[in-house]
Amino acid sequence: MSAEVVEAKRVPSTGAAAAKDIRTAFSSKWASIFIIAFTVIWTIPTVGLLVTSLRPAKDVADSGWWTVIEHPHFTFSNYNTVLFGKGSTTAIFPYVINSIAITIPATLITLAIATMAAYGLAWVKFKGSDTVFFIIFALQVVPLQMSLIPLLRFYNLGVHIGSVPIFPALHLGGKYYPVWVSHTMFGLPLAVFLLHNFISQLPEDMMEAARVDGANHFRIFRQIVLPLSTPAIAAFAIFQFLWVWNDLLVALTFAGGTPKVLPLTGRLEQLVGQYGANWQLLTAGAFIALIIPLIVFFSLQRYFVRGLLAGSVKG
Amino acid sequence: MSASHALLTASTFSDSVGKLSQVVVAVVVFFAALLLIFFLAGRATGRFQRPLTVAIFVGPAIVLLLIGLVIPSFRTFYLSLHGAPALHAPYVGFKNYGFAFTDPATQSVLLNTLLWIIVAPIVATGLGLLIAIVVDRMKNQSLVKSLIFMPMAISFVGASIIWKYVYDFKESSQPQDGLLSQVVIFLGWKHPPNWLLTHPLNNFLLMVILIWIEVGFAMVVLSAAIKAVPDEVIEAARVDGAHGFGLFSKIQIPMIRATLVVVLTTIMIATLKIFDIVQTTTGGNFGTNVLANAMYQNAFVTDNTGRGAALALILFLGVLPLVGYNVLQLKKERANR
Repeated sequence: MSAEVVEAKRVPSTGAAAAKDIRTAFSSKWASIFIIAFTVIWTIPTVGLLVTSLRPAKDVADSGWWTVIEHPHFTFSNYNTVLFGKGSTTAIFPYVINSIAITIPATLITLAIATMAAYGLAWVKFKGSDTVFFIIFALQVVPLQMSLIPLLRFYNLGVHIGSVPIFPALHLGGKYYPVWVSHTMFGLPLAVFLLHNFISQLPEDMMEAARVDGANHFRIFRQIVLPLSTPAIAAFAIFQFLWVWNDLLVALTFAGGTPKVLPLTGRLEQLVGQYGANWQLLTAGAFIALIIPLIVFFSLQRYFVRGLLAGSVKG
Repeated sequence: MSASHALLTASTFSDSVGKLSQVVVAVVVFFAALLLIFFLAGRATGRFQRPLTVAIFVGPAIVLLLIGLVIPSFRTFYLSLHGAPALHAPYVGFKNYGFAFTDPATQSVLLNTLLWIIVAPIVATGLGLLIAIVVDRMKNQSLVKSLIFMPMAISFVGASIIWKYVYDFKESSQPQDGLLSQVVIFLGWKHPPNWLLTHPLNNFLLMVILIWIEVGFAMVVLSAAIKAVPDEVIEAARVDGAHGFGLFSKIQIPMIRATLVVVLTTIMIATLKIFDIVQTTTGGNFGTNVLANAMYQNAFVTDNTGRGAALALILFLGVLPLVGYNVLQLKKERANR
């Protein structure tokens, strides 16, 4: 490490070496120690969760999770209890299913509608298409809290002017539809923006060539735009997937009334009160909720980071 | 395993299969309908071809955004000027806003929120910047980065449970299970308090959860920005005699200033909307309530729609300049391209 530093000082002409020189300002054993300590501190709470979820109830009640170093004693029974439970009131397995049933359509539908809109705004130029794009993007200023009350009423009561019904009440209690549709609505501004950034940069001559060959927009979209946009679509898919899977507010508002629809996050939030001191069950439940996004995250990290950078650094 | 348990599991299983097949059907129907529309619209010719194409591509997004965001926002403003009962509420003018700023409980909510948006984003961005700079020197930097970034993938609810366990309280005579208590006892503080009940400390302990999540975000974005600074700029500065910390603070930081501000505002926006953490850890009790949580409670728990709507609007007005700044920043970048 120190040889590198010396070299950087001797050879100042290359950019890489220059960058190293900046880092030398922070380079010392202390910096390394700081980073290692920081990483350990950042990771330990999650380790504590995992360890606790694997300990027998009695151990959890009697001692801290760090004592497993002296008395390693593990069991999977907490997972069995928390997933399938004694009596359906505690089992979280149905809520895992609800989370899956909410997340997959909410991701796919958002992607489909956003990709179409992004293509339409970028390549089917019409009067005001740029304005429409900018308004959609600007809608990100509207926090979804602004929509919750009226949207819930719209689903439950329909639309009336005076007492004349314009749009009927949908009676969607206990159904997934309102959750899917709401997630799509709230996800669209960011989705259209990110995908538009990508799709509008696709090579013009390729589109032109397809048009000359007589392909209409629908064919161009399916046969050229979709295959070429896969990286951008994948990046946003991960984003939306994690967002929906991890969401609590939309779930509580539009699915809160019924265990038929409530996802895992909503159930866990209830269990914090219900299980009280039964940390081995609560941690097992939380770990089940974490494991799917963590798998997605670690296996597709590159796409995720790319999406993140596209979203917040560069237009 | 008892018979009833087995039966229960079986019914849970068939229930799950039913739910998931409902999902598969919905997704298949959605995409089949889309394909059919594409096929039919592709045959259209003449005068209607172009408007039809535009309508099919852009129409769904516009309709959903109108129903989901645009109209509800106006409606929320309207509701915020009206009283409590959901139907046929009387017009009350700006009373709900007046209430928000004079009611002691809501005042403390606003104060807490202000504290959150000042402390959490600055600490998270600062730590993220520090790590982005230092971590480049590490040998196993991808592992370190992944571990620091990992909380980004965890839900606020999951993160709250993780940290609630860290903050767990037991009488100091008993063996501890909360890591924080154990550490401070080890360091010599014999009787640590019940952390989450101790005001105003509990506010900062909840902020730690958000910081824990957002540092990874700040690190990744800032590290990319630092790497994107052109070599020539650094070269020129070096020729002029800048080096070490001076080069960093006088050249690097100004070069990534725009990104720094975007990271800061992005975390601020997330902070303003923070709901899950407070809801899961304290439920807004013990002096930890914040705007988004108070809004939810008013709108859906105590059913005071008018007050809930007014709080939503205050939230919107808080977010507006931050997102507005990000939008302008983006417009500038586009113009430069």
